[in-house]
Amino acid sequence: MDIVNLLGFSLQQALGPTAIIYCLAAIGLNVHFGYTGLLNFGQAGFMLVAGYSIGGAVTIFSSSLLVGAVVGILLCVVLALLLGVPTLRLRADYLAIVTIAAAEIIRQTIGAASFSDTFGGQDGITDFIGGFRALNPYGDSVGIPGLVTWSAYDFWVMTVGWVVVALCCVLVWLLMRSPWGRVLKSIREDELAVRSLGKNVYSYKMQALVIGGVIGGFAGMMTSLRSAAVGPSFFATDVTFFAYTALLIGGAARVLGPVVGAIIFWFLINFVGQVFSSATGGTDPLIPSWIMDSNQASLTRFIIVGLGLMLLMIFRPQGIFGDRRELAIDAR
Amino acid sequence: MNARPIRLAALLLALLVTALVMTGGTAAAAASPTATAATSGTAVECALPEPKDDDTISILGRICDRREAPAVGVEGVNVSVEDEAGEVIGEASSGADGTFVVDLPGEPVSLLGKSFTVTLDEGSLPQDTEPEVLTREIPINLDNDASVTFPIGAAGPAAAGIAVEALQLAIGGLVFSALLAMAALGLSMIFGTTGLTNFSHGELITFGAIMALAIDRLPGQISIGGANITVAVGVVAAFALSAGFGWLNDAALWRPLRRRGTGIVAMMIVSIGLSLFLRNLYQYFAGAQSQNYSQYSAVTPWEIGPLLVTPKEIIVFVLAMAVLVVTTALLQYTRVGKATRAVADNPALSSATGINVERVISIVWIGGAALAGLSGALLGLTQGFDYQIGFKLLLLVFAAVVLGGLGTIWGAIVGAFIIGLFTELTTLFVPAEFKFVGALLMLILVLLVRPQGLLGRAQRVG
Repeated sequence: MDIVNLLGFSLQQALGPTAIIYCLAAIGLNVHFGYTGLLNFGQAGFMLVAGYSIGGAVTIFSSSLLVGAVVGILLCVVLALLLGVPTLRLRADYLAIVTIAAAEIIRQTIGAASFSDTFGGQDGITDFIGGFRALNPYGDSVGIPGLVTWSAYDFWVMTVGWVVVALCCVLVWLLMRSPWGRVLKSIREDELAVRSLGKNVYSYKMQALVIGGVIGGFAGMMTSLRSAAVGPSFFATDVTFFAYTALLIGGAARVLGPVVGAIIFWFLINFVGQVFSSATGGTDPLIPSWIMDSNQASLTRFIIVGLGLMLLMIFRPQGIFGDRRELAIDAR
Repeated sequence: MNARPIRLAALLLALLVTALVMTGGTAAAAASPTATAATSGTAVECALPEPKDDDTISILGRICDRREAPAVGVEGVNVSVEDEAGEVIGEASSGADGTFVVDLPGEPVSLLGKSFTVTLDEGSLPQDTEPEVLTREIPINLDNDASVTFPIGAAGPAAAGIAVEALQLAIGGLVFSALLAMAALGLSMIFGTTGLTNFSHGELITFGAIMALAIDRLPGQISIGGANITVAVGVVAAFALSAGFGWLNDAALWRPLRRRGTGIVAMMIVSIGLSLFLRNLYQYFAGAQSQNYSQYSAVTPWEIGPLLVTPKEIIVFVLAMAVLVVTTALLQYTRVGKATRAVADNPALSSATGINVERVISIVWIGGAALAGLSGALLGLTQGFDYQIGFKLLLLVFAAVVLGGLGTIWGAIVGAFIIGLFTELTTLFVPAEFKFVGALLMLILVLLVRPQGLLGRAQRVG
């Protein structure tokens, strides 16, 4: 694979539907972690709830995708309230444990064989995307000839997706420059000081959890639209961790941090993946198969993500755009 | 103030004694069946099918006429196995000793988490018999052959049924709890002394399992006096290597971070990165499919009354309990143990009284990782190795530690036993696929009612 193909492929992915999913998930986490200092490790749970809502609205209730989207938002609000009530008065690590556990509870329950008649078990739900497909204004594939092309459906998903990303960014920007947003940032910096000023910290945290969760829900809906299917395996715990990596690359507590971070993250993931898969593929691979076979090649990028997340948090917690002083968060 | 630990120690001791009594009981029970032979003419004593040491998962069953003592096998009964969709995927007929074997088609990995229904053909049963059950549902949770028994005729006491099933599940639950307790104790000790909620603790568990596997996979065998002890050596080595890995974790990563004054939240995210890194590295070297150790993957269980217990379960349980008792005794009575508890209580004050806090933290990392690694190696022995073995356990470890009280020593152990028994016993009432869900729901409910956990001190935790 030559370098133009390699760059074209990575670029196609970096601006494509999957990057949008990580982008929205990371914007949600930015509200939680970047601005409020809440350590939500269960963003995948919010995504799953909303993703299944728009799928289930069509397949289970024979309703429309739009109704599903509204229900999805409401369910994300409910989930945020359920998670917030037991944990937001406690230390940061309790929220982390409970959110990661809750995401796994939801995922295992919805993927259970007992409910496979309704939710399709491990296979999930398909065949709900017709209404969205019918609205697609693009007739042909779109792109820059010779470098990158997207299928008509992908480009339609991207159009909707990037509009949603833009709206979320505007929302976050407006919220965070308001007095309400300044309270959130002060909670992150010094919760006791905010409390002593008479603010109801618990209520502010809850509102932040709800807003970030709903934005995470948008990410779940994009997942359903991208794949034209929704299943429990799309929302594994690692999805949350990848979203954290994207957020930290761009820089937390910056409006555009998660957007840039997700694009760079997904570009690098695909670039590294392609490099290793072409180095191990073919009859005479560049890397001999006793060192690395093609299965192992697909793992190297995740090994690098893990290493990258550690190094990023240790040496440059502010990412590309962030302010280091803003992220000197400490739970104790 | 000391009353509580002592009471708990008594409880723990009681558990251990129960375990030992059970061991004694099994030895006696195991000896008896060989003494009596088949009673009537053609009837053969109802045997347990031999587990097969191959790559497929099989359902091993037996059909026993319990009106005779010892029970005799019922020959020529047709059996069919259906999957969840109701498709017949296998059929068999019972042999002279009442046993039958149905191989499940497909890769073992794809079968995990599914359940199958075994049905007796009532028409093919002998005229004078009365089946107690005609169908049984078998969940496949482990990469091992699954066994099932169909009693025929008026079986022993009427109390059999749910009580026996509960006892059988409790045995599995106790073994699992003891392993969970070792892992939880490590996590809780590390949290207590450093304040770090270590999300890569699951990978410390997997490290032990993978080291035992690696030694097992080395060419050749290790034997003493003709007995093959490769796996036993592997488990012991896993314990030692995990201790070293814990020291390395602390010395190479966490100690420098503490020196830099990195915040707890930042460290938690670093531990997430470490977890991702190690988990994929394990998959890189060990592959994604689950594997069994070369020995003890298929062990013929002993019968104790209506219960089935494998010697492997007993050894694993006794070993785990012994390690737990030794560890808690060390923490309770030695100088280092006291220093550890002092640091967990108040690092600044213990530093001022002359305790070398960094040294204590280093010891805690070594001990905690060794416990986690041993638990992983034994878990791999009981349910088969898989590169996510620790990651899957991590949330249950958290549930146990939070339930008992984050940072407490006794809390971690008590919490682990509650969670371990709870996960197994709930399968009496709900499908096995929900057993983890129940435990995690319990974690959230505990935080609502008693955030400091059962044994935590009531203080502000936020």
